[in-house]
Amino acid sequence: MTLTLGLSALFLAFLCAIYATVAALIAGPRQATAWIESARNAAMLTWPLITLSAISIIVMLVQGQYEVEYVTHVSSRAMPWYLKVTALWGGQAGSLLFWSWLMSAFTSAAMFRRWDRDRSMMPYVIAATMITLGFFLSLSLFVENPFQRLWQNEITGEIGPALFQPANSTLFTPQDGSGLNPLLRHPGMIIHPPMLYLGFVSFIIPYAFAIAALVTGRTDDEWIRTTRRWTLVAWLFLSLGLILGGRWAYDVLGWGGYWGWDPVENAALLPWLTGTAFLHSVIIQEKRGMLKVWNMILIISTYSLVIMGTFLTRSGVLSSVHAFAQSAIGPLFFGFIGITLVTSMGLLFRRWDALKGETQLDSLLSREAAFLLNNLLFLGVAFATLWGTLFPIISELVTGQKITVGPPFYNQVNGPLLAAIVLLMGIAPLVAWRKASARSLGRLMWIPAALTGVALIAFYLLGARSPLALAAYGIAAFVGLTTLSEFARGTRARMRLGENPLAALANLTARNRRRYGGYTIHLGVVVMAFGVIGSNFFQMETQATLNRGETLTLGGFTMRFDSVTQFPTDDRREVTRATISVYDADGAQVGVLHPRRDFFLDSGQPMTIPGVRSTLGEDFYVLLVDWQPISSNSATFKIYVNPLINLVWLGGIIFILGTLVAAWPDADEEKRYVAAPASLATRSAGAD
Amino acid sequence: MTNETLPSPQAAVPEPTVSLQRRLGQIAAWAILFALLVMIAVQLYRRTLGQVSSGSAPGFTLTTFDGQEISLESLRGQVVVVNFWASWCKPCEKEAPELEAFYRAYKDRGVVVLGVDYVDTETEARAYLKKFGITYPNGPDLGTRISQSFRIKGVPETFVIDRNGQLVKTIIGETTQDKLAVIVEPLLK
Amino acid sequence: MTEKQLSADRETLFAPQLNCGAAGGSCTAARTFVIATTNYNLDLLRLAVAFLLLTVYCLLVTIPALAQDDGPTDDEVNAVAKQLYCPVCENTPLDVCPTQACAQWRATIREKLEAGWTEQQIKDYFVEQYGERVLAQPSTRGLNILVWILPPLVFLVGALFLARYLRAVSARRPAPAKAATSEPAEDDLAAQLEKELAKRR
Repeated sequence: MTLTLGLSALFLAFLCAIYATVAALIAGPRQATAWIESARNAAMLTWPLITLSAISIIVMLVQGQYEVEYVTHVSSRAMPWYLKVTALWGGQAGSLLFWSWLMSAFTSAAMFRRWDRDRSMMPYVIAATMITLGFFLSLSLFVENPFQRLWQNEITGEIGPALFQPANSTLFTPQDGSGLNPLLRHPGMIIHPPMLYLGFVSFIIPYAFAIAALVTGRTDDEWIRTTRRWTLVAWLFLSLGLILGGRWAYDVLGWGGYWGWDPVENAALLPWLTGTAFLHSVIIQEKRGMLKVWNMILIISTYSLVIMGTFLTRSGVLSSVHAFAQSAIGPLFFGFIGITLVTSMGLLFRRWDALKGETQLDSLLSREAAFLLNNLLFLGVAFATLWGTLFPIISELVTGQKITVGPPFYNQVNGPLLAAIVLLMGIAPLVAWRKASARSLGRLMWIPAALTGVALIAFYLLGARSPLALAAYGIAAFVGLTTLSEFARGTRARMRLGENPLAALANLTARNRRRYGGYTIHLGVVVMAFGVIGSNFFQMETQATLNRGETLTLGGFTMRFDSVTQFPTDDRREVTRATISVYDADGAQVGVLHPRRDFFLDSGQPMTIPGVRSTLGEDFYVLLVDWQPISSNSATFKIYVNPLINLVWLGGIIFILGTLVAAWPDADEEKRYVAAPASLATRSAGAD
Repeated sequence: MTNETLPSPQAAVPEPTVSLQRRLGQIAAWAILFALLVMIAVQLYRRTLGQVSSGSAPGFTLTTFDGQEISLESLRGQVVVVNFWASWCKPCEKEAPELEAFYRAYKDRGVVVLGVDYVDTETEARAYLKKFGITYPNGPDLGTRISQSFRIKGVPETFVIDRNGQLVKTIIGETTQDKLAVIVEPLLK
Repeated sequence: MTEKQLSADRETLFAPQLNCGAAGGSCTAARTFVIATTNYNLDLLRLAVAFLLLTVYCLLVTIPALAQDDGPTDDEVNAVAKQLYCPVCENTPLDVCPTQACAQWRATIREKLEAGWTEQQIKDYFVEQYGERVLAQPSTRGLNILVWILPPLVFLVGALFLARYLRAVSARRPAPAKAATSEPAEDDLAAQLEKELAKRR
């Protein structure tokens, strides 16, 4: 039956992972090809097996096999089928299995590729990835097993979960399940965790290659080149996951914002920060052979932060709105982190000297220096965020006093650093490699700078008076203009060859995907920055209790409370829905909104869904806070006006498109790359 | 061991001994890592600790809503039942009449019931006490110090302390008069 | 002018603005004080300033007295609640928390505002009742000062390391200065050459 199939497949996958690790580690130093191939096959086998396991859980969820504890925990009869499928990652046990499934997908894909160029590294890549996969599978098998069933003790009548039938008990099948957490039933929830997990999980590939490079003592750029696309893809998914998380929080959590600096949010942001630093500094290593040690440090940190973040989220060590229920995986996870960090750091220190390059810097005004400054700033933000997230733990340990480090801290500390990063983002592309002259830099910057001055005057006239907001707008405008000027320069150069502007731009981007994809990402960041500045500095909010027919005004909009009704729905919810009409400053009606409060009967949890009217200029965002239950004559509303907030999502789309462009496989690049190693192969042929 | 690094100019020169600076840097890095791991380990351990369930009960001083100060030490010689509750807690309302009935039955036999109001507002707390006609002393847990020392994970939770100040029983969730009687009777001998 | 005429004139001059009415004692006292101390021999400017300050003072005293009759608005309550976290929920600010308990705490804030407590007094009250973790921004006493100091400190240390690295790396074998700017296509060719050279070094 399904359960047996799923459980066995999971166990077999675990055995494959162990076998692959052992075989790879024994055969690696000896370069015993047959054993390594066998290990590789075992590694590739993990994915189909875990897929079987995941499918069996989905089948049990959809069919409603409530004797399985996990199904009872996250599913219910009233839920629609697509939510039952997504319930796979709705609880701790299922989401761990989902994590393992994604990880095995990536590791198997990595095994699939041609290995001629890096044969010596393969055993260690297999070992690193399979040890990690094995760890997560062991969590799924021995601690948080989704295949546990409910048994009722015949003597005491107590009902408890177990994998195999305990003595004196019979299988217990509840009538119905608790259902998915209401907050997780939103479309955003369907896609946000998979994206985030994809981002986290795919960082293991560059990490495994880095570790393999350290173990084999290879100090060239092989590992970076090989994993460059992987890293970009990992970063793409992580960025997408973060943006979607923000959007979901805005749509469904009902507090008018999209980023709360909650510990779990920070845990996802930290690897993104070091990952971005890494993406930039590998370019330096590729172009100039510099920073080999530093890049190792960055990828090890990124991956360690992924694991650390996952641990902090799932172990209950931090207090957060996102946290899973406490479970026994904490100590095991902690052990794994300890081993990972100690091994990685040990290997790094052992190879430190070999990694030191013969680098030299020609000028402090150079792109190399700019990238290094970029790294300093990103790591500054990362440290501040990590410190703020961990400080409550330190405080509790040292003084016994629990404290909360909230948004004010992060805004004050990270704000200036992020502004500096955005500013650098605009200047660095104009700075040449090796040595730039201040004059040429000035030549490139003066038009954008002048236009920024004009833009600032415009912003001031439009109503932005706060100096901080103006400075922020100025930086964003300047960076947007310099980035566009880069596009303009390149397009103009191609136009001289006779192409029309559109073709020139298209070909320019197609021929230099990494560069112009990167610039597109920068443009996306600029658009997002405008959105963030607008919604942060100029957000308006108010709250009031209105009688039917009364109005409330905020930010040029007027809303009128028309009615509020209460009704049950098919999927076991009690919905209280208000109808309000929105008018603009001229009195014209611009929308009818329905903010509501859903009360989920099975779990007793409420959910507040805002009514939102969105335009590019701002969002008019209304929450139903309270209402008179019997007479329905008055209700309390909280309204926000969030200026420019939709630029955050628009910028996010541009950002993702840019990343896709940068990551797209480049046929020309491949040809150029293959040419070089041909000569390498002749030198090292003897080693094989 | 196969080594695929390309020969670099430094290969001919024997590796110099690790400089003091490098060594200090490495030691610092290991120290920070160690500190981080220890910190997380301790926090993890404390999270897995359940409520206090044995040994000497944590001492505390409760200032009741009427302004009276009662310290646990001063109640030595009596059996003390410490109950954590809150006005916003539904299960607490179920056990409130049970606790009051228990108190009335046993207060002349050397049993004291103390109600510790966890994270609540005074107005609501007083309303709650009035609603259930509660006569035993109740006070707010200022700064959540008392609940932290008992390591409660939620409300309601009840702790039974014997005449010598030793914690005898930890009840998680609501309780009844009969259950309390069963626990307290042996302690009165 | 006789003394009586002088004082009568002063009264007329100040009277419309000094109608303290409901504000009561302090306003009337101020009024008397100003009248008694005004000297017609002072120049008009100083008179106008004192006049203005008194007007403002009276307005400040009367307007809050009027406002308190309506009670604090939801926005005022939220402004205080925004700086606090729900004592019982996990990491949720008090102004957005939807639970019944949080509604009670906001009601407490409303009560205290009505009674004339300042924002700081209310925050101190919450800290006394529920502990430090109820504040969104940790206080700067004791160990907490480290929260604020360490990030800038570490950043500076990082900047120092960076500066040292840049200097060390600039001091080695300075290469001849190359062309400052290049077209994108040339850039890649130069990069390709660099790569090949680096491998053969």
